[in-house]
Amino acid sequence: MKTARVAYEGNIHVATATYDGIKLDNGKYVQEEAVVWLPPIEPQTCFALGLNYFDHASELSFEAPKEPLVFLKGPNTFVGHRGCTKRPSDITKMHYECELAVVLGKQAENVSQEEALDYVSGYTIANDYAFRDYLENYYRPNLRVKNRDNSTPLGPWFVDAEDIEDPMNLTLRTYLNGEIVQEGSTKDMIFGVDSLIAYLSSFMTLNRGDIILTGTPKGTVDTKVGDEVITEIEGLGKLKNTIIE
Amino acid sequence: MAFVKANLGGSIQSSVLEVDVDSFEIKSLNSNTALIQSIWNPPISGTVYGVLLNYQSSLEQMGEALTQDPYKLPPQAPILYIKPKNTFLGHRGEVPMPAEVDELEVGASIGVVIGEKATQLSVEEALDYVEGYTVVNDISIPHESVFRPAIKEKVRNGFCPTGPWIMEKKAVGNIDDKTIQVYVNGELKQQNTTKNLVRSVSQLLSDVTEFMTLYKGDVLLVGVPENCPKVTRNDHIRIEIESIGTLENTVK
Repeated sequence: MKTARVAYEGNIHVATATYDGIKLDNGKYVQEEAVVWLPPIEPQTCFALGLNYFDHASELSFEAPKEPLVFLKGPNTFVGHRGCTKRPSDITKMHYECELAVVLGKQAENVSQEEALDYVSGYTIANDYAFRDYLENYYRPNLRVKNRDNSTPLGPWFVDAEDIEDPMNLTLRTYLNGEIVQEGSTKDMIFGVDSLIAYLSSFMTLNRGDIILTGTPKGTVDTKVGDEVITEIEGLGKLKNTIIE
Repeated sequence: MAFVKANLGGSIQSSVLEVDVDSFEIKSLNSNTALIQSIWNPPISGTVYGVLLNYQSSLEQMGEALTQDPYKLPPQAPILYIKPKNTFLGHRGEVPMPAEVDELEVGASIGVVIGEKATQLSVEEALDYVEGYTVVNDISIPHESVFRPAIKEKVRNGFCPTGPWIMEKKAVGNIDDKTIQVYVNGELKQQNTTKNLVRSVSQLLSDVTEFMTLYKGDVLLVGVPENCPKVTRNDHIRIEIESIGTLENTVK
């Protein structure tokens, strides 16, 4: 099942994707454009991965890391489908990052790689924008690059784990103003979903609602004010975002 | 006298207590009195952000490294990190020592508790958005390099003891002139003052909210002084911050 959180006619609803369209929890069918899309879940602790695709690491001239390069994100950074992200006027490089977002369904501690996927409740799409002008070499990537307000579109749907047969074989694509600019597959992750859950839960407790953004493949280019960025993952949908001044 | 807000064991609602702002002695108790001696939950629930190298001497100790690889330049904007919920621990809670290490670093910091949603604050108005202050022990596994995010070193379970309470802002006075003392097993191991901050509290709030909204209940740590005391199993840590409170924890 695919569920979303949307605002419609003054209230917040759970919406589900049906064959007949988008159905609200009050039984009403609505158009995609008629609702305000919120992030499909309210993230708790959010982990993100840097350099987790072989091709992206080499694109940025880094060797593939030996241990996952993990950083954290705060709740301020999330924005829903069809939302807007601001491009600061003083920067020269703001790029999108299409990422598989993994949502934890139960508390996890010292979970083995073999059982790790049992702890996943579902998946969604994240566009983890980076503002590379603000990169500093302390706790890199620093929060000013990766945790700006509204700079991580999330959604549109939360897709139940059981609907995704193999999370490690999904095509990711980004369209910039309708043109494909990024294409890859989750099978090229350096650390897969199962090993990331095993790694993180080996030294800390993961909780229900925690999210892991699993990194992006190669193909990140600069974006400009007015650009429409669509990040797409096979089986999960298309997440649209517009860049504003 | 001052009012503080605490989350006491067994109760889901916060308790407002009246305390002496110099001795921290509790003067008046509400109906949760009986619970006070048992459990103090963390008085906070929002996102906790820490800031790296915000004491002048901690920056100076980096010396020439600041301009060499891999850092290349001294920090420009505030360098932040997050202490997620699994790290929260209350006053008198036990800090679990990871099996594979022998010592931990005590990171004594004031936690600035945000009172209302704060975006792009000016320095002048910044403190208007503060509800109060708490004592935080930003514990780390000692690590030399600050090039990559120190997730494994800083976000273990129980690595962010906080409390015992949130001291109301108006009882604290000038937040940029507060003495911080760390005692390990009763012995004074560190003393510093927020007079030595690189960015004052209002400057820090302004610079952070320039790119990142802080919400009501979020906590911004003002930074950890240089020469963090090291602790090991069974050590008792007491962090005293002038006009704010005394936070005690034991390493287990």
